[in-house]
Amino acid sequence: MVDFGYKIQADRQINLDITNKALANFVKKHENSFNTCIGCGTCTATCSTAKFTDFNFRRLQLFIRRGETANVKAEIAKCMLCGKCQLACPRGVNTRNVIMMIKKGLEAHV
Amino acid sequence: MAKKVVVIGGGIAGMESSAYLAEMGYDVTLLEKEDCLGGHLRNWERLFPTMRLGQEVLDFLKLGVDTKVNVIRNANITKVNRIEKRFQVELDRGASFNADALLITTGYDTFDATKKEEYGYGIYDNVITSAELEKMFMEGKNIITPTGKVPKKIGIIHCVGSRDEKVGNVYCSKVCCVTAVKQAIELKEKLPEVEIYCFYMDLRMYGMHFEALYKEAQEKHAINFIRGRLSEASENMDQTVMIKVEDTLAGKPLKLSVDLLVLMVGFVPSKGTKEIGKMMGLEFGTNGFYKTKDQHTMTNVSNIQGVFFAGSCTAPKTITNTITDARAAATTVASYLESYDLEIRTKAFFQ
Repeated sequence: MVDFGYKIQADRQINLDITNKALANFVKKHENSFNTCIGCGTCTATCSTAKFTDFNFRRLQLFIRRGETANVKAEIAKCMLCGKCQLACPRGVNTRNVIMMIKKGLEAHV
Repeated sequence: MAKKVVVIGGGIAGMESSAYLAEMGYDVTLLEKEDCLGGHLRNWERLFPTMRLGQEVLDFLKLGVDTKVNVIRNANITKVNRIEKRFQVELDRGASFNADALLITTGYDTFDATKKEEYGYGIYDNVITSAELEKMFMEGKNIITPTGKVPKKIGIIHCVGSRDEKVGNVYCSKVCCVTAVKQAIELKEKLPEVEIYCFYMDLRMYGMHFEALYKEAQEKHAINFIRGRLSEASENMDQTVMIKVEDTLAGKPLKLSVDLLVLMVGFVPSKGTKEIGKMMGLEFGTNGFYKTKDQHTMTNVSNIQGVFFAGSCTAPKTITNTITDARAAATTVASYLESYDLEIRTKAFFQ
């Protein structure tokens, strides 16, 4: 067969019609402050892990809300639970409990 | 005989409402705790979005109170008595003033940036507030850092003391975003070589022409806007200030050393607002400003019959909004004094 150099790419759009909200719903149910993030990034700015790895708590919890949970387990394992993000968050998000609930949710749902 | 109105607080709201009420024929006394009128407007050189001098607006306001308003300066109120439907305001020096209606225009204070300790104000020399930068503009001196250097890099931090549960202020102060843009442009005009970085959570350019000013800052002055909120500042050996944010649009933590860090301090209820409110039994809302009787329809009405509000004692406001609010308050006071009862109308409407 002649190779014309074309191939079919996987769709990389977030599809909110079929997105899996199970983990997001679990975290929201057990930690009500989960949905109040405004994405300012103070958590990630102060995060010791984010300084040396690509761990990004702001992006991670946004991905969970969008149902993009494929890498969550490996990502969340990088957190050292130091709690600096919780001290800095202007929205009062209980970030440590959010992380604990993500871990619990992964056990229950994924 | 003309009915009497006592206005408490001689800032923008107090001056403009006094002028309106005096022109309507009321006997108006304006009490100001300082030795001159104008409040915060005296400390701001140029105003957004027009860049006109604050002094021009102040002169306009002064014209309104010069002839018909009885202005009492250095007025320290010790007591407010209510005798049936009238009021008696007592000063510490023995004077007292009777009133058929009171209008409270006690305004705001800027947020005390030392409360946000991790930002280094009061700890590191080269961290200043937006009010202090404006003072530099006002004095017309060359722009140098507190440690005596012509700044090459300046960081501007939005939302200091606003939208921050950690300091107890959950509200947006409304004016800081556009003030940051205004001050960044002015800095760039004075120091064309300087690099300016504004760090924001959201840019709230809601006012007419604010967005155009923002675009001018990008297009004409190459001011950098980075979407990220400061987590902490620290001082380098050379007294520059290291700031840490997440560049949320790039998705990576970011650090930057600046020669000068400017904190855009928000609004808090003024000391006078708290004191007068407690003294008189006025209701405060959840954010510590005065609570208005209805958020849509009775924005100048207090919980005490015959006592009204204007200006930033009820919420953060721009100068434009404050002047509009002062005129609305004057109308509300006049309606009350002429027995056109605003409350009955609104109550009937909502029942």
